Amino acid sequence: MIVETGHYALVLALALALVNSILPVWGSIARDRRLMAVAPPVALMGFGLVAYAYVALTTAHVVSDFSLVNVVENSHSAKPLIYKITGVWGNHEGSMLLWVLVLSLFAAAVALFSRSMPQDLRANVLAVQSWIAAAFLLFILLTSNPFARLAEAPAEGNDLNPLLQDPGLAIHPPLLYLGYVGLSITYSFAAAALISGRIDAVFARFVRPWTLIAWISLTLGIAMGSYWAYYTLGWGGFWFWDPVENASLMPWLAATALLHCTAVMEKREALKIWTIFLSILAFSLSLVGTFLVRSGVLTSVHAFASDPTRGVFILLILVIFIGGSFALFALRAGGLKQGGLFAPVSREGALVLNNLLLTTCCATVFIGTLYPLALEAVTGEKISVGAPFFNLTFVPLFIPLFILMPFGQLLPWKRGDLAGVAQRLTVAFGAGLIFMALLAAWRGGPAVSVILSGVALYVLAGSFVDLGRRLFGGDISASIVSQRVRCLPRHAFGTAFAHAGLGVTLLGLAATGWGAEKIISLKPGERVEIGPYELTFESVVPGNGPNYSELVGRTVIGAKGAVVATIEPATRFYPARGMNRSEAGIATLGFGQVYMSIADVAANGVVNARIFWKPLVSLIWIGALVMAFGGCLSLSDRSFRVGIARRARKAQVPSPQPAE
Amino acid sequence: MISARNIILACLLVLTPLTARAVQPDEIMTDQRLEARARALSAQLRCMVCQNESIDESNADLARDLRLLVRERLQAGDSDDQIRAYLVRRYGDFILLKPPFKPETWLLWGAPFLVLLVGGCIIFIARRRQKSLVPANLLSEAERAKLNALLGEDGS
Repeated sequence: MIVETGHYALVLALALALVNSILPVWGSIARDRRLMAVAPPVALMGFGLVAYAYVALTTAHVVSDFSLVNVVENSHSAKPLIYKITGVWGNHEGSMLLWVLVLSLFAAAVALFSRSMPQDLRANVLAVQSWIAAAFLLFILLTSNPFARLAEAPAEGNDLNPLLQDPGLAIHPPLLYLGYVGLSITYSFAAAALISGRIDAVFARFVRPWTLIAWISLTLGIAMGSYWAYYTLGWGGFWFWDPVENASLMPWLAATALLHCTAVMEKREALKIWTIFLSILAFSLSLVGTFLVRSGVLTSVHAFASDPTRGVFILLILVIFIGGSFALFALRAGGLKQGGLFAPVSREGALVLNNLLLTTCCATVFIGTLYPLALEAVTGEKISVGAPFFNLTFVPLFIPLFILMPFGQLLPWKRGDLAGVAQRLTVAFGAGLIFMALLAAWRGGPAVSVILSGVALYVLAGSFVDLGRRLFGGDISASIVSQRVRCLPRHAFGTAFAHAGLGVTLLGLAATGWGAEKIISLKPGERVEIGPYELTFESVVPGNGPNYSELVGRTVIGAKGAVVATIEPATRFYPARGMNRSEAGIATLGFGQVYMSIADVAANGVVNARIFWKPLVSLIWIGALVMAFGGCLSLSDRSFRVGIARRARKAQVPSPQPAE
Repeated sequence: MISARNIILACLLVLTPLTARAVQPDEIMTDQRLEARARALSAQLRCMVCQNESIDESNADLARDLRLLVRERLQAGDSDDQIRAYLVRRYGDFILLKPPFKPETWLLWGAPFLVLLVGGCIIFIARRRQKSLVPANLLSEAERAKLNALLGEDGS
């Protein structure tokens, strides 16, 4: 019964989305406040209904209601509870529902937290958000209904793909969706601003926190996905330039560019057209990603069963939303006045350069991902564009960004002095160079690793130069510093940490050059050296999980005769699908990791093993965490709370929450 | 998004016998220099039945066959280029993860530079137009003199 009500709730949500698609816009054109006031409560109700539908589907999964096609295909009664819950978004229909849930969540958040916005802007934002919601609700109801029943319910389900039965599934997709779909808000803001013609610093101020939220989620989501791939795939890779990964990287690059350019627009009213363009672009790329993943155009082997009607439907949504918004953009952009003059060497100039490079990176990924498709369509010739292409094009584009990053932080608005900035960066330059020299003397090794490590340290040090100067400059005492810490805007800390995070990640990437790898057959009791450690492979022990059986290769890691860690790489067999998955044994020692995966366990206990020593590898993901932390600091900045303060005064209720 | 990589891998596991994994101990050559070349080459060759994996990473049977083939050719004394050419003759450009530079891929390889160039030009033109719209000297002579007087000689 709850299943039918869930289905019904989706239909109702579609009806509400249609209502909200029309009335608020009409209200804003007719200047009818009552019509515009319809938008927030309807958005909240829409969220409530989609959330209800989502809970209904989750319930069906949790109680293993095998009369639902979706549950039969993706669940099993013996599956652990957490994977029954996360398995809801481990398939096409359920993940689409999560997509719409996040979409309506953001609409509800705008309805709740943006009361200080001009009413017509908010009405239009919610209307545009409803257009997207309506399109995707229609898509779900017509082509991907998660609530479809079976005439005869089987006794048992097919289980979830073992590779997805992982804590990674609990975290990765929701974060990524928060990021992808979070960008819909900036899109809606841009479209609403174009419709109402209100494009100014106010727009930038309201867009910025939403972009930040999406950016933080995307950063964490991508990092999480990369770590998940790293420990499940068994050969220690963490980024593959796979089309689906690229699909998440492109919105991230666009969102990063947008974040920087809203700063210019908010402070200096410059780059308006470009900000609007990026807002549209970022979400368009999210939509393209959704299309690529679900239509099956890019892949022959694919999990989300590719049904041509679905592909065509999403393509239609894509064309309408991307085409429509860019048409609107083309109509209105000409009339926009560019504000704020600035010299080439200035904060604005640096941010323009940042945007140029990030956009080029984004375009490179886009073209690299889609070129094989286009070429095959035009000439029928098949080519591959893989990691070597991206390493040759993307990386050289990104290095200048790293070099320029600290400059951008130090340059003042309007007009700057390059020599002066370079002088202040002396410490950072010096640190990088000395680090390079030390590494070259100590490790020797690949020149790329040495150079990139130096750049990483330069970025790390350079990120904090500005902050250090502002906190510790001049005559200082502990009390002055603590006072300065409190007075300095949080976004200054946020910028420093986000940039430093990138440096940390780069250091982790650079250090991969010093790793060691062994592919070897191991007998029980055999010892093998890897990097600074010595591994003793003890034995293979069979074990049983809730819905799998496994062979665990207990291995002890020692250094200088002492045991430092024990790892348990395993291969698991899931009988419901007759599938295997490997579970790497990972020990984090310092920032490095010993990584071991096993396969082909012979009857006499001999295993084929891949063993890696990866120095500093954890920094790759720690860097992403630091970036996200920087984003959160920025998000907590007082300037985003200006709107809410005004509202609180009006309502006489102090509000502890920021406007985001 | 559920990583496509995982999914592809999952599908492959269904299709391939469970014994096949990425590079196996029994494939490794005794000559370390040749082995290093084999690994470097393998990382640039696409596993034809996988989505975007190199044969070095892939668990598919075909990837294993290709890895062995590469090693066989290396042992026979072929250069890296000869091996690549041989594989391209057999499988087409599709096998190269790094697409060759030829008329069909000029646009691909040139794209980053093109975008950078076009973007740079747009910025340049936008700046020039903006400059021409705003008069260079916003202050009248009298105002400038007054300002100089206020700021002192060095502050102008």
